[in-house]
Amino acid sequence: MSRPVIEAVGLTKRYGKSTVVDGVNIAVDEGEIVGLLGPNGAGKTTTILMIIGLTEPSAGSVRVLDLDPLRDPLAVKAQVGYLPDAVGFYDGMTGLENLRYTARLGGIHPDEMDDRIMAALRQVHLDHVAGNRVGTYSRGMRQRLGLAELAMRQIRVAVLDEPTSGLDPRSTDELLDLIRAFAADGMTLLISSHMLDVVQSICTRVALFNQGKIGFMGSVEKFTNDVAGGSFQIDVAARKIDLSACTDVISAVGAVEHLDEEHWKVSATHDVRPELARLITGHGGDLLSLQAHRASLSEAYNRFFSQIEQ
Amino acid sequence: MKRKGSPLTGVTSIALKEAADHMTSARMHLIMLLVLLTAIGAVYAAIGQIKTTTAQDDYLFLKLFTVAQQPLPSFSSFMGFLLPLLAIALGFDAVNGEFGRRTMSRILAQPIYRDAVLIGKFLGGLMVLAVALVTLWLLMVGLGILFLGLPPSGADVARGLVYLAATLFYTGVWLALALAFSTITRSPATSALASLSVWLIFTIFWQMITPLLASVISPINPYDPMTMLAQFNTQQGLARISPAILYGEIATMLLDPTSRSVGPIFMSQLQGALIGSPLPTMQSIKIIWPQIAGLIAGMLFMFTLAYVSFQRQEVRS
Repeated sequence: MSRPVIEAVGLTKRYGKSTVVDGVNIAVDEGEIVGLLGPNGAGKTTTILMIIGLTEPSAGSVRVLDLDPLRDPLAVKAQVGYLPDAVGFYDGMTGLENLRYTARLGGIHPDEMDDRIMAALRQVHLDHVAGNRVGTYSRGMRQRLGLAELAMRQIRVAVLDEPTSGLDPRSTDELLDLIRAFAADGMTLLISSHMLDVVQSICTRVALFNQGKIGFMGSVEKFTNDVAGGSFQIDVAARKIDLSACTDVISAVGAVEHLDEEHWKVSATHDVRPELARLITGHGGDLLSLQAHRASLSEAYNRFFSQIEQ
Repeated sequence: MKRKGSPLTGVTSIALKEAADHMTSARMHLIMLLVLLTAIGAVYAAIGQIKTTTAQDDYLFLKLFTVAQQPLPSFSSFMGFLLPLLAIALGFDAVNGEFGRRTMSRILAQPIYRDAVLIGKFLGGLMVLAVALVTLWLLMVGLGILFLGLPPSGADVARGLVYLAATLFYTGVWLALALAFSTITRSPATSALASLSVWLIFTIFWQMITPLLASVISPINPYDPMTMLAQFNTQQGLARISPAILYGEIATMLLDPTSRSVGPIFMSQLQGALIGSPLPTMQSIKIIWPQIAGLIAGMLFMFTLAYVSFQRQEVRS
C-alpha cells in the first residue's frame, strides 16, 4: 500500500483567539476525488490553503506527495494545481496570453508551451476563443480556463475551491464532465463545495466540515446510510392507523416521522413498501399511497447539520 | 526553517510581464505625455533664455536642464516634481490590484515564491522607468543639439549620465513607496491617495514646514551667532528627509559645475578658491554622493517595508 497523496494530521489554524480549523485529519489516496463539504465559513478554504502551503498551519502537519509544503513549496506547487474560488485572470490579456504567463512561471519550456496550452484549451472547449480577451469571457468560461491551466501544467493533484459556485446548471454540468475527465486521466482531486448535488455525483469520498472540524469522512453511500438513518425514504399516506406505533415488526425500518393526520415519513435501509402495505391493510387501515425514494445527499446533509445544532 | 528552491524563480517572467503591462497601459501613456510636454516646454523656454542672455557662457549644454524662464520652472525642477507621479502611477495598485482581480492566489499557487512576485513587480516598474528616463534624456540632448547647434562635451555627457542614474534612484524611491502602500492598504484608491499625499507633502509643503520646525527645535539666540548656524543645520537636516530635496541638491550640484557645496560655506573655506570656476566632474560627484546614497537607501527602505508587509499577508482576502 503506497502512502496517501495528501495526508494532513491534526491540522489547526488560529487567527487571534478564533480557531478556524481545529485538528483536521485527512488522507487522500492516488486517483481519488474527495469532496470537502460544509457551509460557508466552516474552514474548507483555510484547510485547502494549508494543504497547498499558501497558509502556515498553527499546529499539525501536512504531507503532499511525500513532501512538506512549507519546506519544499516549489516542488509541491510544481505538481499540485490550485483553482481558487472565483478564479481571476488578467482581463486585458487573451486566454492564450494568460496561460502563457503561468506556463512561464511554471518553467514550461518555450518550445512546447503553445502546443500544451492549445491542447489544454481544446480539452476544455475554449480553443475557439483562445485569442479573445478574458474580459469578454463568461463566468463558466473563466472557470474552464482555470481548468485548462491545470491541464496545461500536467499536475498530479488538483485542488478546486468551489469550482461550480455561481454557474448556471449547464455550465456546472460541463465543468463536472471536465473534472471527471481529469480524474479518468489519473489526477487526484480535492474539491470543496457547499453544493451537495455536485459532490454527490463525482466524489468517491466526502469530508463534512462543521465549525473547523470534520464531522464525517467516508463514501457518499456510507454517509447517507449512517447519517440519514437509512438510504430509503418512504412517504406513506394512510387512514385509520397509527403507523408510528406498529412499524417495529419490520426490522429494516429506522425512524418514523408523523407529518400530519394521515402522512408519515419512514426511513429504511431498503425498499419496504410491500411490508408496509401488508402491515397497514393487516391492521385494518386504509392505504392511500406509498412513495419511495433514495435519500439525497442534501437531505442527509441537512439532517447532519440539524443534529449538530441540537 | 530553511526552505528549498530559489526565491528568485520566476522573477524575470513577472518583471517582463509587468513591464509589458505598463508599456501598454493608458495610465502610463497619459503621464508620459504630460512629462514630455512639460519637459519640452521647459527646455524650449531655457533655450530662449540662454540665447538672449549669455552667448559666451560656459556649460551651455547643462544650462538647458537648469535655466528657468519665468513663470516656467527649469527642466530639473519639473522632473523633481512630475517624475514621482509617473512612479506612483506604476506602483499604487501593484499588489492590492492583484487581490482585487482575484489573480493573486492563482499566481502564488504557481511554483514560485512570494518574493518573486514583489521583486518582479518592482524590477518591472523600474525597467519601465529606466526606459522612459533614457528616452526623455536623449530627447532633451537632441533638442539641445538641434537648437543650440553645439554638441555636448565629454564632461557634460558624464554629468548628464550620473544625473540620469540619480533620477532613476529618485523615481525608484517613489515606486517603492507606492508599492509599500499597495501592500498595506486593501483598496487601490486608498493607496493612490496615500502615495499622492506623501508626494504633495514632500514636493511642495516640506520646504515650507522645515524652517518652522527648525526654529522650534533650535531657536536663535541673538547674542550667539553659532545658534544661527545650528538652526540652519537643523533645517537642512530636516529638509533632507524629503527625497525631492535630495534630488534638487543632486541636480544643482551635477548640472551646475560652478556650484561648490550643498551646505553652508564659510569665508575661510573660500580662501584661495576661484569663485565661478568649475569643479571637475569627479569632485562634483564626490560632493553629492551622500545624497545619491540617501536616495538608494530610501528606495531600499521603502521596498523592505513593502516586502515585510507582503510576506506577512494572508493570501485569502
